[in-house]
Amino acid sequence: MSSLVSDKPKAEPARAYDGPPDYRVVGQHGMYPLLSHDEISRFNFLAQMNRHLSTQIMPGVKEAFDARVEPKFVAANGRGFKDRHEVRKALLKDSLFQWWSALRRATMETRQQAGRWVTLRQADQLNAKAKALTENDERLKLNPELPLPRYVEAIDHHCMPGSYHTELAEGDVTGPCNYDIGIFATTGGMLGRYNDGGGQAIAAWVKETLPDLKPKRILDIGAGLGHNVLPIAQAFPDAEVVAIDVGAPMLRYGLARAKTMGVDNISFVQGDVSDLSDLADESFDMIHSCMFLHETSYASMPKIFAETHRLLKPGGIVFHVEQPQYTPEMPLFEQAMRDWDAFYNNEPFWTKMHEVDLDSWMVSAGFERDKLMHSGVAAVVDPDVFPQAAQDTKQEDYGRKAAWHVVGAVK
Amino acid sequence: MSKIDPLALAGAKSKGKRPYFLETDVERLTNIVLVLAQELAVVRERTDTLERLLEQSGVLTRQEIETFTPTKQQADERGAWTQEYLARVFRILQQEREALQTQEASSEEVADELAKV
Repeated sequence: MSSLVSDKPKAEPARAYDGPPDYRVVGQHGMYPLLSHDEISRFNFLAQMNRHLSTQIMPGVKEAFDARVEPKFVAANGRGFKDRHEVRKALLKDSLFQWWSALRRATMETRQQAGRWVTLRQADQLNAKAKALTENDERLKLNPELPLPRYVEAIDHHCMPGSYHTELAEGDVTGPCNYDIGIFATTGGMLGRYNDGGGQAIAAWVKETLPDLKPKRILDIGAGLGHNVLPIAQAFPDAEVVAIDVGAPMLRYGLARAKTMGVDNISFVQGDVSDLSDLADESFDMIHSCMFLHETSYASMPKIFAETHRLLKPGGIVFHVEQPQYTPEMPLFEQAMRDWDAFYNNEPFWTKMHEVDLDSWMVSAGFERDKLMHSGVAAVVDPDVFPQAAQDTKQEDYGRKAAWHVVGAVK
Repeated sequence: MSKIDPLALAGAKSKGKRPYFLETDVERLTNIVLVLAQELAVVRERTDTLERLLEQSGVLTRQEIETFTPTKQQADERGAWTQEYLARVFRILQQEREALQTQEASSEEVADELAKV
């Protein structure tokens, strides 16, 4: 009688593995919380879940759009879609889009809960560690009187309870710590060991684009916990770097984290980047933002651009890293899918920011049109361990892929 | 003790009205099932760690697990556990079947009846 089970060890996997690495490849800097075996397994699951949604389920949304959503709309209206909002509203009636959306939202909320559990259960220890690292350090400049911009106060971005600013206790850093440890799950490991694939890409792009630039002072606006500014500070170790954000917990955690990683040339300053009057005219050689403009507003953007123009030295460079703008060449389906995070993942301004002509806004702020620059960058990560966005043709994950556009200018 | 209670706060709602894509009850259940799927993956990964550590320390090989065949007695015990498990999971359906066989008053009706003097 032959056995139902093989007595030979499995020699070859059923298929070549192409998913995210194990969470343990994430870099353990000095502000990292303790993670149990099960807490790591949760992040492994959530990274796989996001990968599954983007590679296995999301392509079906396009198939359903082609097979039934668009034909149904054309039959009912006698015309095609006129804008991305019509596409989105038609998609909302389709069961596959509904299920993909419900699961994507649920995965984001589950990721927040998983990360918050880790950081909140050891809040006192984390906050004490941050305090010890930042107390009496003049590179942390907080301003408790700073009014919160409406764009931060109105909604908790990407379903992150408490957003960038809430303090559950004095000196709280649990919010940014949760952000830091969970990006791996949201991106399926696409941002690399220290979630700095974006910052590394920027640093490489600047060195390649402007090989002669030796910035003495660098300004990062909307820096968050500083994960993207660290590689830039490391690339220009002689520069004095200023990282600005409205969220005190982010800045506190950012300085503590940077110090444990041996990066000492960054000041973390609490401020609203639409009014940086404390900083002198023409005092920076390089100013940049990374995935920040889409979390602001039409009222603040011209002020932000004007401030960057005022603060930049002649010959200096400013640039903003974002997902691509909605242009007439971009299919309406793609625009509607890219709007998902705006409407369903608490990123409201995403949809509005991506429809404007950023070049005109830059010119209105004083930059010369023939000195504007456009480029594309993809996350730079250790290819032996992490998936590379530039090579990944299996997933588009509209709006979340670790590849971005750069719009900038030389003054 | 910390004044931050992770049990109460880890699952806090983010500010902003939540969108629902499915019938509300279906979406609620979907969220519950997703977390159960997550916890199953967590247990599976823990078992995998255990097996690999046991193999490393020479206690057993994973091949022994793959080729394990229960004796009749063991198989019966496992089968019985599965029957009990399924009976627990599908209790509500068992009780609905039982209810079909009878005409019963509700507690409220019984209360009214018992209050009659």
